Amino acid sequence: MQDVATRPVHSYQSTGTYKRESDSTHRLTTLLGTTVVAVSGAVLAAYAFKQRSWPAAGAALATPLVYRSATGRWPVPDAVANKVSEVPTPIEASVTIDRPAHQLFSYWRQLENLPRFMEHLESVTDLGNGRSRWVAHSPLGFKVEWEAEILEEREGQILSWRSLPGAQVHNAGSVLFEDATGGRGTVVHAVFELQPAGAFLGRALGRALKPITKQQVKEDLRRFKQLMEGGELPTTDGQSAGQRPMINIHNPL
Amino acid sequence: MRAVCWNGVTDVRVETVPDPEILNPRDAIVRITSTAICGSDLHLYDGYIPTMKKGDILGHEFMGEVMEVGRGVKNLAVGDRVVVPFTIACGNCFFCKQELWSLCDNSNPNAAIAEKAYGYSPSGLFGYSHMMGGYAGGQAEYARVPFADVGPMKIPNGISDEKVLFLSDIFPTGYMAAENCDIQPGDTVAIWGCGPVAQFAIQSCWMLGAERVIAIDRVPERLLMAQTWGRAEVIDYEQVDSVVETLREMTGGRGPDCCIDAVGMEAHGHTADALYDKAKQTLRMETDRPHALREVFMACRKGGHVSIPGVYGGILDKVPLGAAFNKGLTLKMGQTHMMRYMKPLLDRVIAGEIDPSNVITHRLSLDDAPAGYRTFRDKEDNCIKIVMKPHGDGLTHRHSHRHESGVSGMEGEFDRGASQNPRTEEEFH
Repeated sequence: MQDVATRPVHSYQSTGTYKRESDSTHRLTTLLGTTVVAVSGAVLAAYAFKQRSWPAAGAALATPLVYRSATGRWPVPDAVANKVSEVPTPIEASVTIDRPAHQLFSYWRQLENLPRFMEHLESVTDLGNGRSRWVAHSPLGFKVEWEAEILEEREGQILSWRSLPGAQVHNAGSVLFEDATGGRGTVVHAVFELQPAGAFLGRALGRALKPITKQQVKEDLRRFKQLMEGGELPTTDGQSAGQRPMINIHNPL
Repeated sequence: MRAVCWNGVTDVRVETVPDPEILNPRDAIVRITSTAICGSDLHLYDGYIPTMKKGDILGHEFMGEVMEVGRGVKNLAVGDRVVVPFTIACGNCFFCKQELWSLCDNSNPNAAIAEKAYGYSPSGLFGYSHMMGGYAGGQAEYARVPFADVGPMKIPNGISDEKVLFLSDIFPTGYMAAENCDIQPGDTVAIWGCGPVAQFAIQSCWMLGAERVIAIDRVPERLLMAQTWGRAEVIDYEQVDSVVETLREMTGGRGPDCCIDAVGMEAHGHTADALYDKAKQTLRMETDRPHALREVFMACRKGGHVSIPGVYGGILDKVPLGAAFNKGLTLKMGQTHMMRYMKPLLDRVIAGEIDPSNVITHRLSLDDAPAGYRTFRDKEDNCIKIVMKPHGDGLTHRHSHRHESGVSGMEGEFDRGASQNPRTEEEFH
């Protein structure tokens, strides 16, 4: 059991995607620095506009870009910057499924099956040689695509994958299958990462894809369990109902 | 089709809604011949169960005839007559395999909501809030039954709807309430409430070998039914100073061996704690009025068994858990694990050991539902149990509202279903 709990974390450290946690001093100086830059930039820009001095206005507006190119960071507090990118946060969740490990593994290994229970995915195509093409839909409606490779594969035990360098998003995942105690099925332990990544333009596109949340991973695993045990996803979509209100004041679910 | 829809607190309406369709391979569509209003529907009616939405179809005690089955349903055929249990279960998960059907892992599409309230989600239920799955209920002309290969029980012809309808909930619920008491020879069982579930709990206590059964309520006709049909001793709690003291005297100073709370979250009472609950619940500061449960904990003998079939929804205030702890009580509760009990109890009905239709006081049409809810809630007109016939009693109304909803492309399907199944309603009775 100890092994299961620690292994995914190790695998993530080995991929080198973790970044240093910023300490409080660093945060404070960054906050002060960025505030100075932002305020002075805004004052400069306002003054330049008022004076109809277009080159000066342009220069003021360009300040953040200069800051970015010099420091590699946008002149905003880290907390804001991190929210949109930079540090991939691995999300972990577990579920116990009353099916043998090899059966669960082989369903998962057919990567085309993943969109059946991973909500953000539209399709996954196995390209052979451990490569696959992933298509996800963003909340804004357009598609985000990337290629991934399988890092580790042990029949009935573990499957790990990672997006290839240069992809619009950083996507990595690891799923472990372990016999539950007392013959009570299989414990499925998943760790997912989904973050915007890559070059400037690609990153902007990738940002349309929100970072994955714990609740999403739990729901993905729940759907996997429902499919494996019940053979279908329980649903009420499309069922009968009486007149629904425009806005539900009782329970805005 | 016509369906009884929740529209807000004490506001149910009969509306014309789209006919149900097969949505999943293991679904079936049932044409409902009989459906009942349950005491637990009144918790929805009074607005104490959260996550209801305007337009939700109510009802979880229903039976009828299979009209259509999904490709995953192999054990039912069009035309089969079935009773549908109120809990929805996949039949394949850890809990279903242990016959803990009401705790199924896979039947609640809104499990995440229930997990926020309860830590883990129980099974989906028909017509019982979105936290419990948001499934459309059975107070309608037709219903979609998910996992239809697990729940619905076939009923032979030659026995009336009214005798088997309550196998959908209240008879198994009353039976499990008694079973949870672990009744031993010589035991006295006290039952709070004389509603329909309590009436079946009384019957079941006798089946399981109780020596004495004492039933507590204040509604004359319910106490009378407990006395006559149930052969129970009764306490009218409005006529005694203290239920706990009365029970102590009736049991030779020891207390009842087993106590059943068949009241649940909307207990009435005339003591200070009951008034306190009423005030808090009226202000929506608490969901549950646990007056009956408090009395149960105080009244039960040391080392006794407490069984709770009455529905509780949230967090209870001022419940003397210290009494339960220090007297070493055993507590059992929960929604009924229906499929454990349906077949054995059907056998008892067929054998003539019990006639469940004894609890029925009102027979209404579906259109009478709003008045029915009011009458039942207010216990007017000696109302104990209401049964509705969505299609009337004869074949002439068979498709009366089926085509009104404007759902196209269904007619051929259902006409075919009907012609394959030329049985008449009369054969059911």
